[in-house]
Amino acid sequence: MKLPYFPGCTLKQTAKNFEKSAMASARRIGIELVELPRWNCCGAVSSLTSDDIMHHVAPIRDLVRVQQMNDDGILNNEYRLVVLCSMCFNVLKRSNMLVTKDAETLNKINEFMDTEPDYEGTVEVKHFLEILRDEIGFDKIKEKIKKPLHGLKVSPYYGCTLLRPREIGIDDPEAPTIMDDFIKSLEATPVDNPYKSLCCGSYHTVGNAEVVAHRTYKIIEGARRNGADVIITSCPLCAFNLDNRQELTKKLHPDFEYMPILYFTQLMALAFGEEKEAGFDENFVNPVPLLEEKKLLKKVVSRGE
Amino acid sequence: MTEVIHIEKKNVKFLQKVVELSGEEVTMCEQCGICTTSCPMAEEMDVSPAGIMRAVQIGDESVVESKAIWFCASCFTCTVRCPRGIDLAKVTEALRQLTLRKNVDHIDLDEVKKESLPAIALVSALRKFTG
Amino acid sequence: MEGNKKMITIYIMGKAYKVPFGLTIMKAVEYAGYRFIRGAGCRAGFCGACATVYRKKGDYKFRTALACQTTAEDGMYLAQLPFVPANREEYNIENIDPDKNVLSEYYPEINRCVSCNTCTKSCPQELDVMDFIQAAIRGDYKKVSSLSFDCIQCGLCTARCPAEITHYHVAQLARRIYGKYYSPIPKHLEKRVGEIKKGKFDKEIERLKKMSVDELKKAYVKRKIERIPRGEVREE
Repeated sequence: MKLPYFPGCTLKQTAKNFEKSAMASARRIGIELVELPRWNCCGAVSSLTSDDIMHHVAPIRDLVRVQQMNDDGILNNEYRLVVLCSMCFNVLKRSNMLVTKDAETLNKINEFMDTEPDYEGTVEVKHFLEILRDEIGFDKIKEKIKKPLHGLKVSPYYGCTLLRPREIGIDDPEAPTIMDDFIKSLEATPVDNPYKSLCCGSYHTVGNAEVVAHRTYKIIEGARRNGADVIITSCPLCAFNLDNRQELTKKLHPDFEYMPILYFTQLMALAFGEEKEAGFDENFVNPVPLLEEKKLLKKVVSRGE
Repeated sequence: MTEVIHIEKKNVKFLQKVVELSGEEVTMCEQCGICTTSCPMAEEMDVSPAGIMRAVQIGDESVVESKAIWFCASCFTCTVRCPRGIDLAKVTEALRQLTLRKNVDHIDLDEVKKESLPAIALVSALRKFTG
Repeated sequence: MEGNKKMITIYIMGKAYKVPFGLTIMKAVEYAGYRFIRGAGCRAGFCGACATVYRKKGDYKFRTALACQTTAEDGMYLAQLPFVPANREEYNIENIDPDKNVLSEYYPEINRCVSCNTCTKSCPQELDVMDFIQAAIRGDYKKVSSLSFDCIQCGLCTARCPAEITHYHVAQLARRIYGKYYSPIPKHLEKRVGEIKKGKFDKEIERLKKMSVDELKKAYVKRKIERIPRGEVREE
C-alpha cells in the first residue's frame, strides 16, 4: 500500500528518529509512506476565529500537493494523507473539514492561492494510528512483530489533539482505547493513567516552561503510580514536554523520578526488530537501560568493562 | 445578597464582538462550571473558564486584560464536555485576538531566542502569542 | 526628440509624467527629473538596491521589481523603496553550534510563516522564497542555501511579508553556516588563501596602494581577465 505522507517540521528537525522508526515499521507491514514532494508547515495550531481564513491557507496548500501527486502519477487514485504528528493531523483535518463543508471559504482560499491548482476537497486526512487500526488491523500487526514486548509496561499518553475536538479526534475523547490496543498488538502491557489525556501545557513550553513541568510531573507520576515503565505519545510537542522538561520537573519537584518517553513509532520499531531505526540515543531520558533490563535490547558491553 | 448588574450598550457591543469573532453563542452558557473543573490550566488562572464566559455574557471587557485567557492551551477539554455545546476554546481565542490584532505580542521574542526549541513549539506559540 | 518617440504616462508618487517608451523604471524616473541619491547601485540587476513597488492601471496586483531591470509601462503608478528596515542578528560564525536550530534561535519569527506565498510572488529573482523559509523552519541549511543562492538582498520579500520575516537575513545565515560547516572546502580557494597568507601578493598590494587614482583607473582598464574557455571546468 503506497500512501502519501506529511511529516511535519519537527520530524525533520529535532525528532528525526520518530520518522525513521515509523518508516521502518511501515515497511514491515507493507506500507510505503511517500513524502509529499513539496510541503509547508501546517501551522501546528488551528486558527479558531470565524473570520480568519488566512491561517487555513497553509494546510490547504499541503492538501493540494496530494492532488498533484495523483495528477503526476506518483500515486494511483490515493487521497488518504497519512500524518504521524497529532498536531499536524488535527490542523490539516480541521482545515479540510472547514473547506469541504463551506464552499465559499474553499473558493476564497483557491482564489487567493493563484499560483496553485484549485483544491477540490478530495483528500482524507488520516493519523498513522488510524491506518494501523482500520486498514492494517492490530491483530495483523501482532502476527507480524518479530520481538514481542513481553514484560514491558507501557502507559499510553493520548494528549489533546489526537482526541479533541470530537469531530476531529480518532477515538472516544473520554475513553480512548486505540493506543492501548496498539500497545497490546506489540505484546506489551498497557497501563492506565488518570492523566492520559490531560494537556501537557503544549506551547506554554515557550516562555513558561514551569507550567509544562508541573503537568509533566502529574502525568508521569500518574503513570508511575500505576506501575508503568515507559510512556508513549503520538505528538512531538507532548514528547518534548514530557521528555525534555523532566530536568526542570525534577528541579521543581525533588521527589520526581525520571521516566523514559517514547514516540509510539519507536516502540513499534523495537517490536519489529528495527531498534537501530528507533534512534533511542536521541531521546532526552535514555530508554536503553530500561529496555536492556527488560531484555528487549541486547546489552552492549563496552571494551573497558 | 443580590448583585444588580447594569448592562449598557458598550457591554452588549463587546458581547456581540466576541460572539461574532468566536462564532459561539456565549449566552447559551448556564454557568454549570464543568469547563472550570475540566480545565488543566484552571489552577494558573485569575478568572476561571466559567468566569470568562460570565464576563463575556455581561460584556465585562476587563476579561481581555486577564491572565487566564492566555493560559488556555487550546486543549479542547472544555469544548468536548460543555453540556451546552459551546466551543470555549474559540471564545478564549477571540479574546486573545482582540489584543493580538492590535499588533501587540504576548511573548517577547528576545526571551524565546534563549533556548533551542523544536519547530512545533515555536510555530504553535508564535501563532497563539504574536499578533 | 520627443516627437519621434512613443511617449507613455507614468505616475511617480501620484504625479503624472510623460516619458519615452522603452526606458527602465529607473531611467524613466530620472527622465522625469528625479535624482537617485539612495536606492540605486549597480544598475545591472546585481546589487538589489533599487527595489521598487508599483501598480498598473486597471490591475489589482501590487507588483514588485528592480527599477533597473523592468521596463516602464504606460499607466504605471511608481514608488521607490530606498531601504527596507530589517534587523540582522549579530553572530560569530565560529561560535555557532550548527546541530542546534540556529535559524529559529536567531530568527524565531520564521515560525510565524503562514505559507501565503507572498514572498515568492514578490521576488524579482524568481526564487522559491516561501520554500526556503519552510526549509529554514526545519533547519535544512542545505536546502535554504541552494534555494536562496541567487538572492540579491533587495528586501522586497521582507517588505511584503505579513509574518514580518526577514527572509534574506535568514537565508544569508543559512548559507554562511552551510558554507562553514557542511560544504566541502574548495581546494583552489584554500591554495590561494595560503598564498595570500604567505605574502605572495604583498608586493603587488603595496605597489597598488601607492598609485594615484588616475593611474589606478588606467591599470583597471588594462587589467588582464582570466578567461575560462567554454566547457572547461576550473581545476580544483
